[in-house]
Amino acid sequence: MRRLLQSAILAGTVALFTYAPIASAEVESTDPIKITWHDWTGQFITATLVGEMLKSMGYNVEFVPADYIAQFVGLESGDLHVAVEIWETTGKDALEASLATGNTVDLGETGMDAIEEWWYPLYMKEKCPGLPDWTALNDCAEAFSTPETHPKGRYLGGPVTWSGYDDERAESLGLNYEVVHAGTDAALFGEIESAYQRQAPILAWVYAPHWAPAKYEGEWVEFPRYTDECYNDPAWGSNPDMAYDCGKPRGWIKAVGWAGGEDKWPKAYQAIRNFTIDNATMAALIIKVDLEGQSVEDVVAEWLAENESTWKAWTM
Amino acid sequence: MNSTVGLSSRHKFAYTWPLAWGVAFAVVAFIWIGGDLWQWAVKAPKELTWKVEALGSCTSVRLCVTGFFKFMVSNEAYIFPWTFKEFTRFVAACIEFPYQIIRSFLASGFTIPLSGGESWQSPPISWLGLTVVLTAVAYRLRDWKLALMVFLCVAYLAVFGNWESAAITLSSIAVAVPIGIVFGALIGILGYRYEKFERAITPILDLMQTVPIFAYLVPVLFLFGFGPVSAVAATVIYAMPPMVRITMLALKTVPLEIKEFGKMVGCTKRQMTWRVLIPAAAPGLMVGVNQVIMLSLNMVIIASMIGAGGLGFDVLASLRRQAIGDGLEAGIAITLIAIVLDRLTQAWASRSPAPHHETKPTLLQRHKNLMLALLILVGTTAISFVAPFFAQWPEQFEISTGQFWNDLIKWININFFDELEAVKVFLLLNVLKPVKAFLLALPWPGVLLFLALAGLQLGGIRLAILVVSCASFILITGQWTKAMITVYLCGISVVIAAMIGITIGVIASRYPVLKRSVLVFIDTLQTLPSFVYLLPVVMLFRVGDFSAMVAVVLYALPPAVRYTLYGIQQISPSLIEAAKTSGCTKRQLLTKVQFRLAWPEIMLGVNQTVMFALSMLVITALVGTRDLGQEVYIALTKADTGRGLVAGLSVAFIAIITDRLISAAAKKRKQALGL
Repeated sequence: MRRLLQSAILAGTVALFTYAPIASAEVESTDPIKITWHDWTGQFITATLVGEMLKSMGYNVEFVPADYIAQFVGLESGDLHVAVEIWETTGKDALEASLATGNTVDLGETGMDAIEEWWYPLYMKEKCPGLPDWTALNDCAEAFSTPETHPKGRYLGGPVTWSGYDDERAESLGLNYEVVHAGTDAALFGEIESAYQRQAPILAWVYAPHWAPAKYEGEWVEFPRYTDECYNDPAWGSNPDMAYDCGKPRGWIKAVGWAGGEDKWPKAYQAIRNFTIDNATMAALIIKVDLEGQSVEDVVAEWLAENESTWKAWTM
Repeated sequence: MNSTVGLSSRHKFAYTWPLAWGVAFAVVAFIWIGGDLWQWAVKAPKELTWKVEALGSCTSVRLCVTGFFKFMVSNEAYIFPWTFKEFTRFVAACIEFPYQIIRSFLASGFTIPLSGGESWQSPPISWLGLTVVLTAVAYRLRDWKLALMVFLCVAYLAVFGNWESAAITLSSIAVAVPIGIVFGALIGILGYRYEKFERAITPILDLMQTVPIFAYLVPVLFLFGFGPVSAVAATVIYAMPPMVRITMLALKTVPLEIKEFGKMVGCTKRQMTWRVLIPAAAPGLMVGVNQVIMLSLNMVIIASMIGAGGLGFDVLASLRRQAIGDGLEAGIAITLIAIVLDRLTQAWASRSPAPHHETKPTLLQRHKNLMLALLILVGTTAISFVAPFFAQWPEQFEISTGQFWNDLIKWININFFDELEAVKVFLLLNVLKPVKAFLLALPWPGVLLFLALAGLQLGGIRLAILVVSCASFILITGQWTKAMITVYLCGISVVIAAMIGITIGVIASRYPVLKRSVLVFIDTLQTLPSFVYLLPVVMLFRVGDFSAMVAVVLYALPPAVRYTLYGIQQISPSLIEAAKTSGCTKRQLLTKVQFRLAWPEIMLGVNQTVMFALSMLVITALVGTRDLGQEVYIALTKADTGRGLVAGLSVAFIAIITDRLISAAAKKRKQALGL
């Protein structure tokens, strides 16, 4: 009995110590590349795509769940190695601060284009015909109100941590709306789902690439177009005394990596830099996962099989 | 003698307290009315900052804490011969090693390299084998009823397709629980031996239990790195304190005769501890073990936020794609694991002692069952190479009730939203908003004055100093407004939870049939991760304070029910008989006898309700509250150590203030009742 146990432990120990180097020897280092996993489906797909691509090149890859902002600590120390989706709209400041330390490197744009804006379901257009122009919002404030906010309209913003300057935007554009912050992504879309089921009024923060714009028919409000001056210079725009009198920036989604990886896995980093995918493709993959209930692994495997020539070129 | 002194002093000061409270109210009202004149008192002060950079280079409490942690993880803090970071990373590696082995066994299998770059992947332990073995263990420990229950619970995991995630969750629990138990017991023993040590650790234990977990996730991440190890570390911090407390208590309550006996037969100090005290205190210690298991499972979801994966991750992922049903299924899986572990450990603790053998049995005889179990595990795992059924429950036979739950919520949403909305709006406008406005308008010197008075009246000068200094911390770190919103949300939720809970408790205490189902209900409510019902609550009540309140009430209900039930049941039947014979009506019996005698227990229940409400409040930040919970959550996502810990400590201090005041009141009451 004891001998059995001993040999089991021995086998386990051996297995553990020799855990890593199983891949083929043609890559620079077989230490696992740790790719972070956040909390939205699109990111799982991108991370898995990148991970599978690197695996096919012979690298070892591990996926580590980590918070979107908190991960920078890990990326700088080398606990984590690659984050595949940093959005200009929400993560620009954190990314720039991190790059400034010199411990992380920019791995280039992923080709996706982030959209984040005030959004309403299409059936609200009947109650508020002036939409999508933002100037119609004030006329419809009552249509978008709830008993708590009446007569002001109610806009459901993202979690405070997403920033986005919605309180400032409402004030600066003189919108007669109360900005309510959902605590999480799940709560935000929970309320949209609830309203959509009842065909009830809702005005909320929706972003793309995401399954929501595909599942729910709706439109983004058209604010004055974003420029850097709008955010930095109060004089710009309709309100001469305040900044933020425009829509949200649309922008790149970048990958970022631990600086040490540049020397350790140069080919892998180059492949990530080559990687590119567009919004439409990503949206189609997200829908397969979130609305059709397939697993991320299956969806990614299917895409990789169908587009082999595309991604093989990135790995060269 | 004592009682006469008490009596006379009570006569002497009969009017002192009402008078003091009257003066306090007058002062507060005065400040409030003259609001404009007393701006500094009405407006919550900003965070206290200082110019002199005497303490490092920080200028406020928050920044000092952040600076301290930066220093600790930099390469300048030494624990000879390592830097502090090297030390914590070493600890992390020590945790990682057993974790990887257990995880390989349970979830991922071992990868064994062969020559020529090839490798061989062993399968994880077969689900079928583990189910059989656990069922057999349950049968062996208790009876077929327990066996059936364990079988059903474990089979659920396989049939509902949660096996792999459950195995990952179980791996981190299997590492966290032993660490929590061993270190908890050791610290408890030290506390028992050295009174000074006990006094030193008691406040630390208080903080470990009351500082919201979110607050120390960031420092833990800094020290232990990303991944499952940090999750294990955070779980241990959260789950260990009850073990320490219970160990100290259990050792203290070992009967004197046993200790005397140990001394008489000449035990050394070490023998005394390990051979006499620990075995004698074993039943008590088992309660601690049980608590560690339960609390570790409570942490599953939060642990998955920093990389534990497993069931917690499944719950969060389902909620993110609005799949309420899938989230519920994964949540129930966590509950079932809790139930199985709980019942098995309890059965093991109360098992009949092994028969004494005259002749020394052989190794095989002694471990017959263990051998059999191993044989089953190895056998089924081996068969799983050829028979996929042994490796995994076939996917096409997986059951999912996910759609049903989604449809149920949708149906309620479409048909009853207006009714729910009406109730909500009424409560919001008539209760929540006024209370919030009132609390926010209270001048802070007034609140400090009230707290000081309450402390003086209930427990004397020391209590008064404690509560006032706790409140002052909140004040000088600039969190007064958020703290008041916390008090408001928590206070209303506690009042509602206590009203509902005490009512349920009273009713259940009368009808034994009802009692059983009530107990099952509150057990489920307590172990079901609150995240599971957060989303439906948001769908039905929208983002905001009301949703948060509903979630907090649900979560804080169980202790109110439990303690009320316990309080009423522990009243001696002779007293009830006496009341009945002296002609009490049912109503009089309840109000004049049962309630009064059960009052201290009910108060403890309320106390626990407050603690539960406060710990839940942090989670309600996820549905968008604007209290200290949100502050902690923001700090978490921004990885701001100082901000998180300071806000977390403020939550803890609110908990400590309430706890001390209520406990003092209950103690006073108990003395008055002569119990």
